[in-house]
Amino acid sequence: MAEPKPAAEKWKAAFPWRVSIEPRITNVPRWLPPLVSLGALVLALVMGGIVLAAVGGNPLQTYLHMARAAFGDLGVLSDTLTKATPILLCGLACSLAFRMKLWNIGAEGQFFLGAWAASAVVLLPVLPGTAPKFLMLLAMAMAGLVGGALWGAVPGLLKAKLNVNEVLTTLMMNYIAISWNNFFIFAVWSERGFQMSPVFPNSAWMPRLADYARQVPVFAGLTTHLGLVVGLVAAAILWWVLYRSQWGFEIQMTGDNPRAARYAGINVGRNTVLVMMLSGGLAGLAGMSEISGVVHRLQGAISPGYGFTGIIVAWLAKLNPLVVAPVSILFGALILAGREIQPSGIAKLLQGIILFCLISSEVLLRYRIRFVRVMQA
Amino acid sequence: MPEATHAVEMRGIVMRFPGVLANDHVDFDLRVGEIHALLGENGAGKSTLMNVLAGMYRPESGTIRVRDQAVELRSPRDAIGRGIGMIHQQFMLVPSQTVTENILLGLDEPRFRLRLPHYEGRVAQLAREFGLHVDPHCKVWQLSVGEQQRVEILKMLYRGANILIMDEPTAVLAPQEIDDLFGILRGMVAEGKSIVFISHKLGEVMQIADRITVLRKGQVTAAGLSPSDTSPMEMARLMVGRAVQFRADKEPQPPGDVVLSVEGVSALNDKGLPALREISLRVHAGEILGIAGVAGNGQPELAEVITGLRKCTAGRVLLRGQVISNRPPRVAIERGVGHIPEDRREVGTAPNLSITDNLNLKAYRKHPIAKGSSVDHPRAARHAAALKTQYEIMAPSVGTAVRFLSGGNLQRVILAREISEGPGLMIAMQPTRGLDVGAIEGVQRLLLDLRRSGTAVLLVSEELDEIVCLSDRVAVIYEGQIVGEMAGDLCDDERDRIGLMMTGQFKSSTGPTAELPDLPEQCGKDKGRLGRA
Repeated sequence: MAEPKPAAEKWKAAFPWRVSIEPRITNVPRWLPPLVSLGALVLALVMGGIVLAAVGGNPLQTYLHMARAAFGDLGVLSDTLTKATPILLCGLACSLAFRMKLWNIGAEGQFFLGAWAASAVVLLPVLPGTAPKFLMLLAMAMAGLVGGALWGAVPGLLKAKLNVNEVLTTLMMNYIAISWNNFFIFAVWSERGFQMSPVFPNSAWMPRLADYARQVPVFAGLTTHLGLVVGLVAAAILWWVLYRSQWGFEIQMTGDNPRAARYAGINVGRNTVLVMMLSGGLAGLAGMSEISGVVHRLQGAISPGYGFTGIIVAWLAKLNPLVVAPVSILFGALILAGREIQPSGIAKLLQGIILFCLISSEVLLRYRIRFVRVMQA
Repeated sequence: MPEATHAVEMRGIVMRFPGVLANDHVDFDLRVGEIHALLGENGAGKSTLMNVLAGMYRPESGTIRVRDQAVELRSPRDAIGRGIGMIHQQFMLVPSQTVTENILLGLDEPRFRLRLPHYEGRVAQLAREFGLHVDPHCKVWQLSVGEQQRVEILKMLYRGANILIMDEPTAVLAPQEIDDLFGILRGMVAEGKSIVFISHKLGEVMQIADRITVLRKGQVTAAGLSPSDTSPMEMARLMVGRAVQFRADKEPQPPGDVVLSVEGVSALNDKGLPALREISLRVHAGEILGIAGVAGNGQPELAEVITGLRKCTAGRVLLRGQVISNRPPRVAIERGVGHIPEDRREVGTAPNLSITDNLNLKAYRKHPIAKGSSVDHPRAARHAAALKTQYEIMAPSVGTAVRFLSGGNLQRVILAREISEGPGLMIAMQPTRGLDVGAIEGVQRLLLDLRRSGTAVLLVSEELDEIVCLSDRVAVIYEGQIVGEMAGDLCDDERDRIGLMMTGQFKSSTGPTAELPDLPEQCGKDKGRLGRA
């Protein structure tokens, strides 16, 4: 053996411990995962703060400003919730698929297809603009659900029948979906050459809080729409499905060990297609809710990447639908606050750092990190 | 310096894995220019011993001398530096690269510029020298298995190996390729190389080896025998042992109706090659049918066809007269087929799920655990807690993820689940493999309890002792066929015959039977009792 380097010796004298990483051999305590996630979140904010300081901002002031911009008054809170709505539904879509370890990266495309299918109800038209609101919205929601589900079914079938990697197919199908949408807004449904469809008739608008301003004056100008309720109900149902139903048990088992699932008599192929369809359907519902509740027409820029944010949200929520709801509000806030501060990329940057810290923090749940005292010779 | 006569001398090698003594003071020596066969059942410690020599494992104690020099082999790199190269059963090749690229992979030269043509020339020359016909600029995925094996040999020769360890080299080869390989091996020995040939196929060993060392349960039972001084029967006995190690408490019991009948079933393995060839067997209620055989002769495929996990290409499987083959796995489960899979962690359990979830892996969809379309979680947990106590599963709680359990406890989880389903037929695959003595006894007791309760049991095990002591009848599987069947409680001569059948030396229909002495009639017990149905 070569002589140990003196620098290493000095280091050892100053810090007579060795970091030892051991695999955990028992269940982690229940309180640990949320604590680790929270710690990762705090760490991400600190790292973001360092970046803010580096570009000459005051981190604390910036964060405060961002918080005010997202939660400061009823108006912005409502806007935050509006932004959170599609994220919530996309987060649920990803949570469901990820539970079965189906990496659906295509919520974005499914979102667009859902929006497109819902628009088709109005623009084709399937129903006349004079149809009752309730019927119109129901038809649009069904269309959005089916549109997204069919878009999700393609990668699901390819995975189940031919074992095609769903990461690639779902990702690629995003581009097809966006181009498909563009074709319609540029050509078929274009309003006088503009890259957008005509505005939907009022019957296709989801009710907003502002619509009830006459009865409840504080609601004046509030943009939060029915989509939020849909999202919350979906979260509750999905929680029951994943944690309480037999199908949810099958999904969990298949996600953990598909061979054991097959051995236990579960039709893994069928579940793959079904989960991809339901996941796509939820993302499609997000698309429907966005055009019906916010945009009121089909256009190109209906999503600043909600489908991709959904991935982060699902992960942050540890794939628990009930946790997806608050996390999406946090991310809605980040999007909203991003408009308020310069450079506006800071919000995106924070999102990235949060995901990074969060995924890294998983190590703490699998391994125990200990400092072992090094014996001095 | 005088020429060393021994290429390798290993003395008193002890190698221990958790719960297993894989090598128990093993001595082994390899002479220069010989083919030395290492013979033994699966798990006898052959590969472990050779992995020690190849620098993969470091033994607990023992010494290794290479060409009369004491050495310490810390890594495969150390070993190859001493001229020792091992060719593993699983080839370690990059399919998308050429033969030459594969051979150069991991070497210090070439450093930066590949200069492939130059090296291709060298590889081609080396190949010519040893008669290893393979095109140096072919991509590996285009090669047959036999050619890939030659690439592996070339890889070792290129690195300057003169001691070659071949781990079951014939397992993957077709008969013609085996002849070619033997030719190559003889050629290499003529060039002064020394070869260790690991195998459990008796015929091949007798054919190729200059000397034979037999391992059984980590100990040497015969060292450096010459094939001419011994007989296949003798070898088989040394391999599978003679004395029954333990006796199960098994009362005689008349078999009931036929529960399982496998009729002329053929099936392919994962590689698309025939794994089962028109296999037929029957298991009665309250009877244990033991399937003896060396691994890789179609046992897992047989279990998978019966449980619906694998399609059969011919024949059918009947459970109490109803067809269950080529139907979804759930059909077999619902008709009462229990299955203790060979691979506990990869197939039998979901590692990150709790003991509760794993115990309810099949019961979740049935009354009373199922409630409408939901799972009654409190009831599932109570059910699990009861099973945990009954089957003595050692764990802090039923909420513990099963990946934290030891092999024995994991097996108890699987047994508890499969037995509590009240199966009419139990397919038990290697139920005691890798378990410690206490756990083994527990598992065997449970299998005998099943028999007593009238369940038909199909027991597949590589432990001949276990099969002999538990089974009412024993069938021997070799290359996807049942080559013989006899009643349990075998006498020693029958044991020998089973050993021969397992190694492909004796087929009741086609094999060379002449070398076997006739078995005396009086041996064994009351054969009529449990004879062929």
